[in-house]
Amino acid sequence: MADPAQNVPFRGGGFRPEARRGAGLVVFVVLLLLIEWGTRAGWISNLTLPRPSDVATTLMELANSGALWSHMGPSLTRLVVGSAMGVSAGIGIGVLIGLFSLVRAGLIPLVAAIFPIPKIALLPLFVIWFGIDEGSKYALIALGTFTPTVVATYGAVDNVDRTLIRMGQSFGLSWLSIVRKIVLPGALPGILSGLRVSLAIGIILLVAAEMLGAEYGIGAYILQAGSLYDLERLFAGVVILSALGVLTSWMIGQVERRFLVWRS
Amino acid sequence: MELTIENLSHRYGDMTVLQDISLRVPAGQILCLVGPSGCGKSTLLRMVGGLEYPELGRVLQHGAPPSDCLNPLTFVFQDFALLPWRSVAGNISLVLEDHGIRGSKAKAIIDDVLARTKLSDFRDALPRQLSGGMKQRVAIARALAVNPAVMLLDEPLSALDAQTRELLMEDLVGLWQRQSFTAIYVTHNLAEAVRLGHKVAVLSRRPGQIREVIDITTPLTDRAAGDPELEALQAHLWSLMREEALAADQELVDG
Ligand SMILES: Nc1ncnc2c1ncn2[C@@H]1O[C@H](COP(=O)(O)OP(=O)(O)OP(=O)(O)O)[C@@H](O)[C@H]1O
Ligand SMILES: [Mg+2]
Repeated sequence: MADPAQNVPFRGGGFRPEARRGAGLVVFVVLLLLIEWGTRAGWISNLTLPRPSDVATTLMELANSGALWSHMGPSLTRLVVGSAMGVSAGIGIGVLIGLFSLVRAGLIPLVAAIFPIPKIALLPLFVIWFGIDEGSKYALIALGTFTPTVVATYGAVDNVDRTLIRMGQSFGLSWLSIVRKIVLPGALPGILSGLRVSLAIGIILLVAAEMLGAEYGIGAYILQAGSLYDLERLFAGVVILSALGVLTSWMIGQVERRFLVWRS
Repeated sequence: MELTIENLSHRYGDMTVLQDISLRVPAGQILCLVGPSGCGKSTLLRMVGGLEYPELGRVLQHGAPPSDCLNPLTFVFQDFALLPWRSVAGNISLVLEDHGIRGSKAKAIIDDVLARTKLSDFRDALPRQLSGGMKQRVAIARALAVNPAVMLLDEPLSALDAQTRELLMEDLVGLWQRQSFTAIYVTHNLAEAVRLGHKVAVLSRRPGQIREVIDITTPLTDRAAGDPELEALQAHLWSLMREEALAADQELVDG
C-alpha cells in the first residue's frame, strides 16, 4: 500500500523526423577536421587524400580567377535544361500512366526496359543523333531523369486515396477537376520525393557527359585534374558537385515546406 | 425525390453481398438501414448513389430535383473523405467550384453551412487539426452546401462521442424540419435508427437480405430520448438483429 509513487515509464515518441538544425553541418565539419588533422599529422598520406585546407585554397583561387563560373555556368545550364525536360516529360507521362489503363499497359514495360540501361552507354548514340555539343548532353540528362520520375509519379498517382476520388465523383465533379484538385495534390508528396532521386541522377549524368566531351564544365574540370593527378583540384570539383546536390535537395525541401504543410 | 430499389443483387467474386433487395424511400422521408457489420450496407448505398453498378436489379429516382439543388444524390461518407490539403472552407468550396459558384456567392453558402454545423470558427483549419466529430461536421456541411434532394449518410455519427452525437441528431432533425429531404441513413446504432427514421429496414447478415421494414409514425420532433414506444421498437429491432450479429461475428470476412 505504501509503495512510493513513481512516474509511469515513458514509451512514446520517436519515429517522426524532426528538424535538427546544424546536425548535418556538424558531421561535415567533424569529418573535415579529422582529415585535416590526419593529413597534417601524417597518418593519412598526401597521396590518398588532399588536405581540406588546400582544397579550400584551390576553391578560392578558382573563384577569384573567374574559372569557377566558366565551369559552373555551362554545367548549371545543362543540368537545368536537361532535367527540366526529363522531369516534366516524366511527370506528364507518369500521370497519364496513373490515369489511363491503356497507357499503363503500353508504357510500363517500355519504362522498365529503359530504366536499367546505363544511360552513359548511349552517349555515343546521342552524339550522332543530337550533335556533339549541348544537344547530346541535354538528351542524356533528360533521359536519365525521365525514368525515375515516371516511376515515382505513377506510383504516387496509384497511391492517392480512392475514397477521395469517389467523394469527388459523388459530388459530380468533372473528370478534369478530380485530376486537378484531388489526384495531383494527392500525388505531390510522392512526386517530390521521386524528384530528389531524379535530380541526383541528373547531376551524376551531367558529370559523366562532361567527362566524355566538353571543354568547360565541372565534369571536364574534374577529368583534367584527375589525369594530372592533381588531388586538390579533383576534390575541389567534387566539393562543388556535393554542394550542387545539397542545393537541389534544399530547394526541393523548400517546395515541400511550401506545398505540403497539410501533412501531419 | 422518391427512390426505389428493385430486386437488387450483387456479388463480389464468389461472395454474394446483397440478395434481392427491394425498398422504397418516399420523398421527404428518412429510411434507416441497420444490419450487422459486413452485410453490405455501404455497398447498397454506393449503388443508390450511382458509384457502383449492381449486378442485378436497379435503382430508380422519381421526379425532378428542386431547381436550386446542385447535386441531387449527396453522400456523407463513413470516413469523412475530406481533402487533407484543403482547409475547412476549401473543402466546401471544392463542391461549389464545379458549378461555377465562386467569390461572394460561394462565401455566402460556406458561411451559412458552417454556421448551421457550428464550425464558423474553424473556417481556415486543416482537417488534421480537427477532431473526428468536427471532421464529420465538415462533411455534413459540405453535403448541405449542394442543397441535396437525397442525402446518403453512411454511419455519419459513429465516429463521434455520445454527446456530440445527441446534438448532431437534433441538428439533423432540425435540418430535415427546415426542408424535408429524402435520406438513407446507414447506422449500427438502433437508438439513432428509431430517432431519425420514418422507416427502419433491417438487413440480415451477408448475403444481405431485407428481414423487415418497420414504419415509425411518431413525428421526428416528438421523439424524445426516453419514449417507451420507441424503446419497445428498439428492443424489437435488437431482437431481430441479435442472432444475425452473433452469427456474423463468427464468420471470416472472406470466408
Ligand atoms: N470493392 C469490393 N470488392 C470486394 N469486396 C468488397 C468490396 N466492397 C465491399 N466488399 C465486401 O462486401 C461486404 C460488404 O461490405 P460493406 O462495406 O458494404 O459492409 P457494411 O455493411 O457497410 O459493413 P460495416 O457496417 O462494417 O460498414 C464485406 O464483406 C466486404 O468485405
Ligand atoms: Mg459500411
